Amino acid sequence: MKILIGIKRVVDYNVRVRVLPDGSGVDTDGVKMSVNPFDEIALEEALRIKEAGNAEEVIVVSAGGDECQQQLRTGLAMGADRAIQIQTSESLQPLSVARAFLKIIEREEPGLVILGKQAIDDDNSQTAQMLAALWDRPQATFASRMELNGNSAVVTREVDAGLETIEIDLPAVVSVDLRMNEPRFVKLPDIMKAKRKPLEVISLDELGVAVEGQINVSQFSPPPQREKGIMVDDAAQLVQELKNRGLL
Amino acid sequence: MSRILIIAEHDGSSLNLSTAKCVTCAQAIGGEIDIAVLGHGIDSVAAAAAALDSVSKVIAIDAQHLAAPLAVNWASEAVALSAEYTHLLGPSTTFGRDLMPRIAALCGVNQISDIMEANGANSFKRPVYAGNAIVQAEPASGARVVGTVRVASWKAAGDGASSAVENVAASSSAASHTRYVGLTSEGGGRPDLQSAPKVISGGRALASEENFQMIYKLADKLGAGVGASRAAVDAGYCPNDMQVGQTGKIISPDLYIAFGISGAIQHVTGIKDAGTIVAVNKDSEAPIFEIADIGLVGDLFNVIPELESLLA
Amino acid sequence: MTDREIMKYDVVIVGAGPAGLSCAIRLKQQKPELMVAVIEKSSEIGAHILSGAVIEPQPLDDLLPGWREDPPSICIPVEKDEIWLLSQTGRWRLPTPPQQKNHGNFIVSLGAMCVWLASKAEALEVDIFPGYAAAEIHYTAEGAVGGVIIGDMGIGREGEHKDTYMQGIEIHAPITILSEGVRGHLSKQLIKKYALDKDSDPQTYGIGMKELWRVQPGKSKPGLVQHTAGWPLDSKTYGGSFIYHLDKDRIAIGFVCGLDYEDPEFVPFEAFQQMKNHPMVHEMLEGGEILSSGARAIAEGGYQSLPKTELPGALIIGDSAGTLNVPKIKGTHQAMRCGMLAAEHIAETSSAVGFDARLRDSAVVRELYKVRNIRPAFYKGFWRGFIRAAIETVTAGKLPTTLSIHPDDSSLKKLDGYSSPHRNWVDRDLPPRDRLASVYFATTAHDEDQPVHLQILEPDICTSRCVKEYNNPCTRFCPAHVYEMVGDDAAKQLQINSANCVHCKTCDIKDPYQIINWVTPEGGSGPNYQNM
Repeated sequence: MKILIGIKRVVDYNVRVRVLPDGSGVDTDGVKMSVNPFDEIALEEALRIKEAGNAEEVIVVSAGGDECQQQLRTGLAMGADRAIQIQTSESLQPLSVARAFLKIIEREEPGLVILGKQAIDDDNSQTAQMLAALWDRPQATFASRMELNGNSAVVTREVDAGLETIEIDLPAVVSVDLRMNEPRFVKLPDIMKAKRKPLEVISLDELGVAVEGQINVSQFSPPPQREKGIMVDDAAQLVQELKNRGLL
Repeated sequence: MSRILIIAEHDGSSLNLSTAKCVTCAQAIGGEIDIAVLGHGIDSVAAAAAALDSVSKVIAIDAQHLAAPLAVNWASEAVALSAEYTHLLGPSTTFGRDLMPRIAALCGVNQISDIMEANGANSFKRPVYAGNAIVQAEPASGARVVGTVRVASWKAAGDGASSAVENVAASSSAASHTRYVGLTSEGGGRPDLQSAPKVISGGRALASEENFQMIYKLADKLGAGVGASRAAVDAGYCPNDMQVGQTGKIISPDLYIAFGISGAIQHVTGIKDAGTIVAVNKDSEAPIFEIADIGLVGDLFNVIPELESLLA
Repeated sequence: MTDREIMKYDVVIVGAGPAGLSCAIRLKQQKPELMVAVIEKSSEIGAHILSGAVIEPQPLDDLLPGWREDPPSICIPVEKDEIWLLSQTGRWRLPTPPQQKNHGNFIVSLGAMCVWLASKAEALEVDIFPGYAAAEIHYTAEGAVGGVIIGDMGIGREGEHKDTYMQGIEIHAPITILSEGVRGHLSKQLIKKYALDKDSDPQTYGIGMKELWRVQPGKSKPGLVQHTAGWPLDSKTYGGSFIYHLDKDRIAIGFVCGLDYEDPEFVPFEAFQQMKNHPMVHEMLEGGEILSSGARAIAEGGYQSLPKTELPGALIIGDSAGTLNVPKIKGTHQAMRCGMLAAEHIAETSSAVGFDARLRDSAVVRELYKVRNIRPAFYKGFWRGFIRAAIETVTAGKLPTTLSIHPDDSSLKKLDGYSSPHRNWVDRDLPPRDRLASVYFATTAHDEDQPVHLQILEPDICTSRCVKEYNNPCTRFCPAHVYEMVGDDAAKQLQINSANCVHCKTCDIKDPYQIINWVTPEGGSGPNYQNM
């Protein structure tokens, strides 16, 4: 089967993000951009499935401007077979991304689509679920373990109460959580090989996807400062204060 | 006027507190508030939902295939109800985050995730970049709003009311392609550090692995999770999966009490979203007092036993 | 024979700083068919680059004519120079010496400029690989340098292979260029192995610490270049500050201390913070925020300390050799020129042989020769140094004597019989409050589950001798609070917080016993400087 992996170009997780003084966004000037960490985990899982003989092709897909080709090449260097850039100059929200991915799915007919559980810039955590809904297929979100059994998979999900296990029929959409795996390092020679792997560019228009229903996002502000605290003199006062605040 | 439908989170017998927090968010949006309780054998849950303040009615959909909260099945029901509602809300817990986006896609809208603040029907604030920026989010004009509610930002609504419970038949049958297998809870005992509502942490001042037992004892009395500063972990007083901070876990409990932790910025990064931060440290100049909501300058070796006896 | 995979190039360059990148670009300009690779240990180009910086543009005009129409992202023409002598609260304007007249020069972010140079290099089909550490030299069967060995990745704290283990490949090339910057670990090994410094003085260094600030609107005067001397340093400690005013309400502020200081209790980081507290500086910074901070050692030995720069199969260029012009406090133009010269030499001869003579005959070394006595003049203290420096400047270095350079690691006075000068330092209120807070802004990142990259060759010395003789100065000279003595007095032990390391190399330099050996951590580790 084919596995489709969604990759997003995001501000590197090490960067100290700062809001621009005019509130129009965050400062991305000269800032390092990387593959969304959860997407790397998704790709790693796909590569392991392929290496175990359960998939023939791993395709990485990213929606964005030409800059995202850099991240697609990283995906190819990690081991993906080919890459598709859904070219757009607009900043897409999850519904449009899901609709665009659905078009690729219709073309490629993958058995599995694996995405990261959320992108560390928008923190939306929606695309996988939306894609599954539009495709009318199963979703297994926040996955920390996946076992393939022919045409189905048993997925362990990290939920607040512990670990939930579900069984899903393929094709399906899985979104991965941190504990799924540790992505591999890229070997230097593979960076060179990646340059020769196919990278196809298709525009959002060519796919027939119109961008609509976007939420209007504006007025970026830094998080509210904590208010100044109080000092107490002893343990008894501390306990009283906590009780007053309903914390004990 | 807005009509808001909240999808209730529950475990089959009791309503999750997250639902009451969704109600408070709905109150801030303003309008009529209904709660949908889906599941199997849900009478007590429906009753608990009906007791929440400001709720107009509870819609209970009881069906065998809804027993497990599988997003695919619950989303079908929610979408079937959605036509009359302007707003559909769920909590931003793993339950709500799994379910609500599926509903949003079927309704043809983007979701507003992690709502921290609501000013009327169309104006919301939410965190992005791991909370390093807050943005204003407004839906496209006239569009239905599907959102998840950031539970740490809202108080729970009271439960002194009583509204009607309306039983409605399920509109869809089980999706055959997804099957619930089971749930294993985190082993009994101490709450998990990452999600515990109360956390007690110890720093290098504990001076030994044996002394760290004081932290565990106090935590168990309070039903709290236990964390540690990097210095305590490096010194070998506790394992490194207890480390809280920039290179450890980033947590946001309602209550965080730090004993003998100086509060270097690397540690503070891990707790900056905590509800109430309490610091106990011998050094009145320790940086942690700059961000603590309640500070006590004192020797933890005296304070901890005193707290234990006060809490007995 | 190796079991590692091998990649072959015509030239492999270690370090994507101004020397290495200029060399790569020039190589491709002269001989486009050459296969050139640049290996860089930082996660992306510029992430380990930290410099003032005011640069002289002539090498850029030479290397990339037309660059002025397409400059790097931070590039502000210098408008005004000021030199100040500070006391604790007062200041006196000094006349600007010729080496500090910066008309025609540019204030840049060297990191941003390296990103820009890297894109020019890639356009010429140089293969640049950030995130990989050239950990060791590969030697040919004949014992010449034959390339480098990339460090293994995915190794745990005790040396065990983790699930992500990936063996480093070897890069073989007939010519290897070491452009690692100051105190490069491979350069250090090669200089020792081939005794490249036997005919030169030891190298001497400074520690440069820098913060990038966003200040209140109006406080930054773009194009203003300020330097200070005097307070907070005592007359026996060489150093001073730089304050470069950028655009977008940003100021680059930093402090350099010669690492030949004698007081074992001295804390260079604190001197930097004290300087910021001077009324003239405090006024600029108050109400602002720190965007980034970090530190890097500087090579100050110049002409006398330049080792032989050629060895079988390799060249050492830029500040790995030590080409910085101290009175100008500028090394970038020199590093670039040196890199370009190396490229020209290789393009013409395909060999390392003859480069050293060529370098010594070039504008790079002529410039170093002219100012060779200025830094060592300060061994006699600030005022005598100042006077001698003035004489050397006026005579353009033509006086017949050449002062020798002393090593830094033997300059510390032992505690017994020494008392630190009274410093007149004050309580200060500007961030960062301490080194740990400062390290936060360096955004340095190391996977904690990897071997400690700061090797202590004789660990007993810390508790048996150093504590008594010098009171463990590593706990004070490291700008990132890597070294700590923990435990109660009876059982004090050295703790190495290697994850804080900003790769400045100060410890490798200043340790009085020379038992600290800095090696590369896993590729991609270390600071993530932006626009520094």
